[in-house]
Amino acid sequence: MKYMIQVKKLVKKYGDVTALDGVDIQVKPGEIFAYLGPNGAGKTTTIRILTGLTRATSGDCLINNFDIATQTSAAKKQYGLVPQAINLDQELTAQENLLIHGWLHRMSSSDISAKTDELLDYVELSAKKKSQVKTLSGGMKRRLMIARALLHSPGVLFLDEPTVGLDAGIRRKVWTLIKKIRQRGTTIFLTTHYIEEAEFLADRVAFIDRGTMVALDTPLNLMATMGAWAIDHLKGDTMETLYFKTREQANTFNTMHSEEFTLRRVNLEDAFLDMTGKKVK
Amino acid sequence: MIQGIIAIYVREMLILRRRLTRQIPSWSISPFLYLTAFSYAVGHGVTIDGHTYIEFLIPGLIAMGSMTQSFAIASEINIARFYWHIFEEFQAAPISKFAYVAGEVLAGMTRAMLAISVIMVLGFLFGVRLHYGPAFFLALFLNSFVFASLAVGLAMVVKSHADQAMLSNFIITPMAFLGGTFFPVERLPEWAGAILNLLPLTHASRAIRSACLGDPVNVFSYVLLLIVGLIFFAVAVWCVEKAKD
Repeated sequence: MKYMIQVKKLVKKYGDVTALDGVDIQVKPGEIFAYLGPNGAGKTTTIRILTGLTRATSGDCLINNFDIATQTSAAKKQYGLVPQAINLDQELTAQENLLIHGWLHRMSSSDISAKTDELLDYVELSAKKKSQVKTLSGGMKRRLMIARALLHSPGVLFLDEPTVGLDAGIRRKVWTLIKKIRQRGTTIFLTTHYIEEAEFLADRVAFIDRGTMVALDTPLNLMATMGAWAIDHLKGDTMETLYFKTREQANTFNTMHSEEFTLRRVNLEDAFLDMTGKKVK
Repeated sequence: MIQGIIAIYVREMLILRRRLTRQIPSWSISPFLYLTAFSYAVGHGVTIDGHTYIEFLIPGLIAMGSMTQSFAIASEINIARFYWHIFEEFQAAPISKFAYVAGEVLAGMTRAMLAISVIMVLGFLFGVRLHYGPAFFLALFLNSFVFASLAVGLAMVVKSHADQAMLSNFIITPMAFLGGTFFPVERLPEWAGAILNLLPLTHASRAIRSACLGDPVNVFSYVLLLIVGLIFFAVAVWCVEKAKD
């Protein structure tokens, strides 16, 4: 089977610290793959290695079958990158930022011009084409970064925490945009520590903790390992969560106990918490 | 590769264009103060090798200005790297390290040329007429090539913007004062002159001054600047590769 992203036995060490310890990933064409883990789990390190910004200690990373370590230039043409930090030229306009990106990716000026208009319209920023980036809001900057990453028509889009720092309304807007990008056939590799983001967007989710992949499956399958319903209740000073296959079982448990309970559906965080023993923050 | 060089260069020029109205007065202040203080106050009545002190000083200021302004590209690179994270955009692009360094070096050289044109205008306003011929521009070109290449290399090595300022204090400031800008190195004791002759700026000052004053061209200074510039450029390309952690 053809994969757009293949990671084989990836290891990254910083001195004595192992940031990634034998990670294996395969992402299929057109898939939205979410890489979920707490801060410091190794998400950004994985993306940096996949995009050639950081050297791996060992292991292989292939983007559309091009090895990022040995076929670097060809591999870099295959992807667009939206890093976690806003990395636009604040003094330049939206159009100028896209122009420089196009030249960096060896596009002709006419192609850049046509794609700029198309993509600014796509991310609803046509009116801001001539505006300096420093005058744009956080959400607009994030959308502009996505437009920039798509300018050279890459097959793979890496999104590193694409909605970090955005309010709920803008986050929803970015999610819709990501879904639209997938409809164009683009493969999306997404890191996030927002559970609901992975749940809403991803076809498959990988849990990573302390540099090791602890689970990989569809969001529904991962949640199903916990049951369907959860009850949160305060036990002493700590919050305890109990899981049930059916709502009736959960309700029966409620009626047999006098404490205050919160009944809710199982989510991805329950699965993550169960597998790693920690919250995704 | 050419398109990569153009992308890096044009980006720096677009930023510079936005700042130009602030940048030109900033480029004017130091030379204006030096010309006023050193030529009228300190150097009044002083002649060096048959030239007035202001005629001696202006080529020195041009050499110093081309050094500091081409080296200033290091600050732009560091702001892009540590503050705006734009360096990642270049690292992720399919361009060669050579193209990145060449684009930044050309931008540094352009900054230097623009800043020097301000000094040339100031010199004209101070009533000084010098020869600005091909030998002058070649020396200027080589001097800014040397220090822009050094700047790119050092910008890749430093770990923070504060480190960059420290390097400037240790490398650029001493060279600016001792590299034959304000006084002839030949007037120092022999041992001191021998040490200062190791500095690229000493040779740049000598070459620029000879060209400006219509004296014979010292080919050795030009060749030395070219060799040092090429070495710094090669080191800068290597440093960009090493900047990948």
